[in-house]
Amino acid sequence: MDPMIEVIDLNKSFGSQTVLKQINLKVYNQEVVVIIGPSGSGKSTFLRCLNLLEQPQGGTILIEGQSLMDPNIKISNIRAEVGLVFQQFNLFPHMKVIDNITIAPIQVRKWPVEKARSKAVELLAKVGLSEKADVYPDSLSGGQAQRVAIARALAMEPKIMLFDEPTSALDPEMVGEVLAVMKDLAKEGMTMVIVTHEMDFAREVGDRVLFMEQGIIVEEGTPEEIFERPIHERTKSFLSSRNGYAFLLQGRHPF
Amino acid sequence: MDFRLDIIIDYLPLILKGAMLTIGISLLSIILGSILGLVIGFGKMSSKMIVRWPMSAYINFFRGTPLYVQILMVHFGLIPLVLGRTDPITAAIIALSLNSAAYTAEIFRAGIQSMSAGQLEAAYSLGMSHRQAMQFIILPQAIKRMIPAFGNEFIVLVKDSSLVAIIAAPEIMYWSNGMSGQYSRIWEPYLFASLIYFILTYSLSKLLNVLERKLA
Repeated sequence: MDPMIEVIDLNKSFGSQTVLKQINLKVYNQEVVVIIGPSGSGKSTFLRCLNLLEQPQGGTILIEGQSLMDPNIKISNIRAEVGLVFQQFNLFPHMKVIDNITIAPIQVRKWPVEKARSKAVELLAKVGLSEKADVYPDSLSGGQAQRVAIARALAMEPKIMLFDEPTSALDPEMVGEVLAVMKDLAKEGMTMVIVTHEMDFAREVGDRVLFMEQGIIVEEGTPEEIFERPIHERTKSFLSSRNGYAFLLQGRHPF
Repeated sequence: MDFRLDIIIDYLPLILKGAMLTIGISLLSIILGSILGLVIGFGKMSSKMIVRWPMSAYINFFRGTPLYVQILMVHFGLIPLVLGRTDPITAAIIALSLNSAAYTAEIFRAGIQSMSAGQLEAAYSLGMSHRQAMQFIILPQAIKRMIPAFGNEFIVLVKDSSLVAIIAAPEIMYWSNGMSGQYSRIWEPYLFASLIYFILTYSLSKLLNVLERKLA
């Protein structure tokens, strides 16, 4: 089976600073790939390269066999098939929730308004926000805003969903509601690439976990392999520091 | 000091006709200048040097030279070249529009560039083209922020339209100068002209306040 996403020798730098070095990855249909790693490791940049919000300097990215580097493709056509959920939600503040969700299907997919609206209503029910259709985004909590952002991306009926630290900007009590929506999506068979700091979530939902540091994929495996039997020292030290931090949050000392 | 209301009353029909022309010239110049300014503003944000450079040159020229000089060049140079004759009202509208476009271009550019990158990225990630992202996401939000700056520019334009009296476009100042010459008076014509300009600009600023509140 051909991969949904194939990344070959991807390189990315900002000025003289190299952020991604020779990244290779294949993501197959219905697979959930979770990328973990310390801040500044390049994982968000990598995710943003997958729909060319960042322009890589070298290598190839294929989405369903289509090269994003081909100068003849229309990148907006590829982006329409790849949903992206941002850390900062980026809802459109001048539009009601329902219009946030319908604008792209109406303008990009050329759906009739009625079809787009009934799809939006269905998606709002799915993320548990049916009663918020006619409010503006300012009146939503962070968790609600992020669920609307997920509904907005899903309204395009994408084949792939990318999540860029979707819970990092949320108050702790709101993380769960967003992760629950993502879990449902994974169960339904959505192909997903998720950058996250939520280790329990990564372990539970991921088919495959990638540990990135300093612009390279240090280690890659099943959640069991990465979390129970990490091979590389850097993976081990990252995970143990995360565990220590978790213990501290729970008021218990790790040692 | 005596104040001769009678000469104001004498000139009132002409000055009111002049005021209508001032309003007409200003309104058309605001509309044409804003449309041209939008094009130039986008041109200046282009990634292509060959598009960007002429737009910068345009803005620098029209901001960097006196409007008075521009009015004379349009009236005695450009309009005869195109129409084969002079036409003060057309010249006034063209000169004010060209000048205003340089300022509105910068207002558009600053307003658009003040939007967070996240809004544009969100639009792109949903498959929107650059044009769609601008039309549906960026401009509706940016224009709200631009209203105070546009208000300034429009008020300046209404006042600057008084300069076209020099090419004999029969607006407020043209008739006020006439009144001043005919009766050798200073305060009556110029105070009355000031009052009319003030009424126009004050109404305009109130109108823009309402618009700003409505869009907020």
